Amino acid sequence: MNRMRQYVIIGNSAAGIGAAEGIRRTDPRGSLTVITDEPHHTYSRPLISYLLSGKVTGDGMKYRPGSFYADHNIRLIHAAAMEIDAAGRQVLLSDGRRVPYDKLLLAAGSSAFVPPFEGLDTVRKSSAFIRLDDARRLEGMLDGNGRVLIAGAGLIGLKCAEGLCGRASRITVLDLAPQILSSILDGGGAARVQSRLESRGIEFRLAASIRRFEGDTAVLEDRETLDFDVLVLAVGVRPNTALLKGIAEIDRGIVINARSETSAPDIYAAGDCAQTTDASSGQSRVMALLPNAYMQGECAGINMAGGEAAFDRAIPMNAIGFFGLPVITAGHYTGEVYEKNTEGVYKRLFYSDNRLNGYILIGQVEKAGIYTSLIRERTPLDTIDFALVCEKPGLMAFTREVRQARLGGGAV
Amino acid sequence: MKRVYVREEWCLGCHLCEYYCAFAGTNETDMARALKGCKINPNIRIEENDGVSFAVSCRHCLEPLCVKGCITGALTVSGGVVTIDGDRCVSCYTCILSCPYGAVSPSDGGAVQKCELCVKTAGGTPACVKGCPNGAIVFEERG
Ligand SMILES: Cc1cc2nc3c(=O)[nH]c(=O)nc-3n(C[C@H](O)[C@H](O)[C@H](O)COP(=O)(O)OP(=O)(O)OC[C@H]3O[C@@H](n4cnc5c(N)ncnc54)[C@H](O)[C@@H]3O)c2cc1C
Ligand code: SF4
Ligand code: SF4
Repeated sequence: MNRMRQYVIIGNSAAGIGAAEGIRRTDPRGSLTVITDEPHHTYSRPLISYLLSGKVTGDGMKYRPGSFYADHNIRLIHAAAMEIDAAGRQVLLSDGRRVPYDKLLLAAGSSAFVPPFEGLDTVRKSSAFIRLDDARRLEGMLDGNGRVLIAGAGLIGLKCAEGLCGRASRITVLDLAPQILSSILDGGGAARVQSRLESRGIEFRLAASIRRFEGDTAVLEDRETLDFDVLVLAVGVRPNTALLKGIAEIDRGIVINARSETSAPDIYAAGDCAQTTDASSGQSRVMALLPNAYMQGECAGINMAGGEAAFDRAIPMNAIGFFGLPVITAGHYTGEVYEKNTEGVYKRLFYSDNRLNGYILIGQVEKAGIYTSLIRERTPLDTIDFALVCEKPGLMAFTREVRQARLGGGAV
Repeated sequence: MKRVYVREEWCLGCHLCEYYCAFAGTNETDMARALKGCKINPNIRIEENDGVSFAVSCRHCLEPLCVKGCITGALTVSGGVVTIDGDRCVSCYTCILSCPYGAVSPSDGGAVQKCELCVKTAGGTPACVKGCPNGAIVFEERG
């Protein structure tokens, strides 16, 4: 090639940074531009709830060191990408600039889904909880003892509740589902986590739905009313796919293969905006999690720069704790169940057809990665001591040969 | 790069490596005085079952799932050693979820802990390897 390749990444978060690192591992020279519509250095999105609680401040939010862009020879542009001109191979920005590319990655993440509630426009103070600026806005809205209503008892709504604890006079979390964290926990596990949150004063309205808002009052389906000062909308997220509409195949997210390629030539996608095969179930889905975002991005980056990478091991997985109670889950929950319930331990392993499908661990989470790898690698359970690994996750459950290869062999 | 390798057939399950690891982090001079009566929380752990025992610590993977998945950037690779910045870690346990060896563990402080090959403490040769009387763990280059 005569001239340097031009790499352009839309997105300055986990997937975009993964791609930048993947590109630079492979091609230290090509020109690399990262575009973001947020006015910040790359920051860790999950930390915005820690910012609220004061556990993390200022520089602690940074996902990579201050010298990251200089170290990787990256041009960072703070503007929104408005349109992708695939025929002309350029990205149109909100400030009117056009950025040409040879290889493009869309790593634009997701946005808050806001249901069309009647009267939402009459609410004085409301915010989503996805971006750093949302957290700052929320801080500004709270004057120390406001009443907060959080719509949505998923991961984001509950992390927001934890972060706000002690900064509001009342925190109520409302959800349509009869349990919290319905996408990652079963009823028993959800009850344990809920009681931990309740012990810190967080209140719940489950199996409840909002009919309309009248100013700072939510009128529920059963006509009950809830007054609040600040509303947090954490009902769900939608992948930011619009930029590739009409250009690449989009289902719920932008459809990518194991090389993070979209259906459009030279355009890649990664992270929360993308959809790929869940290795635990074989189904195609959006797995909006930071580790997957990073690894899809890194894989895209290596391939964009002419290397060879495949990331075909994405599975849903979550590590999330509340007030010191750790929760780790992975995979999907079908098949037979191994379970253990004691005071400090809630454990469920789900398996069928000689494979581990998923697990839930609450309280005791040591060595959870052993289970994750059984799911990720689709390890046939008759090749290990499954009874032992159920009881105690460890390499002991593998054969001596496998152990020898993993603990005594070359680097992996 | 040199790594810690396990020779399972030589391991007696004496747990001395765990004590040397815990001791390396104390800055004390006398192991017995430093650790007697303490519940230790070492970065190398013996697995034991039915007469078999072996030590497990971080493999310092070339494609480290813990580093790639870390939500804050607290885990990095520096000179091949997978290292944790305790000030940046928020104990989310994503690395515990990710590591296929079970080599990251919760700690009593505010961060997770893992083997760093004694780069921060014992000066380069891992204390566990130095302390193992049976040659059941070695520190060498195997490619
Ligand atoms: C409160 C909260 C807590 C979370 N906790 C966890 C957790 O504990 N563990 C976990 O694994 N995951 C967690 N997540 C999810 C995790 O943050 C995401 O999976 C991850 O950030 C996805 O990374 P991404 O790079 O795909 O997208 P994002 O992080 O969403 O980043 C998108 C990027 O694209 C940019 N962008 C978007 N549109 C445009 C445009 N038109 N023009 C220019 N730039 C654009 C944005 O500025 C941003 O830089 C949490 C999320 C939230 C909100
Ligand atoms: S902690 Fe686990 S995943 Fe990370 S480098 Fe060590 S062995 Fe590999
Ligand atoms: S527990 Fe600490 S080191 Fe592990 S992923 Fe979370 S922030 Fe990173």
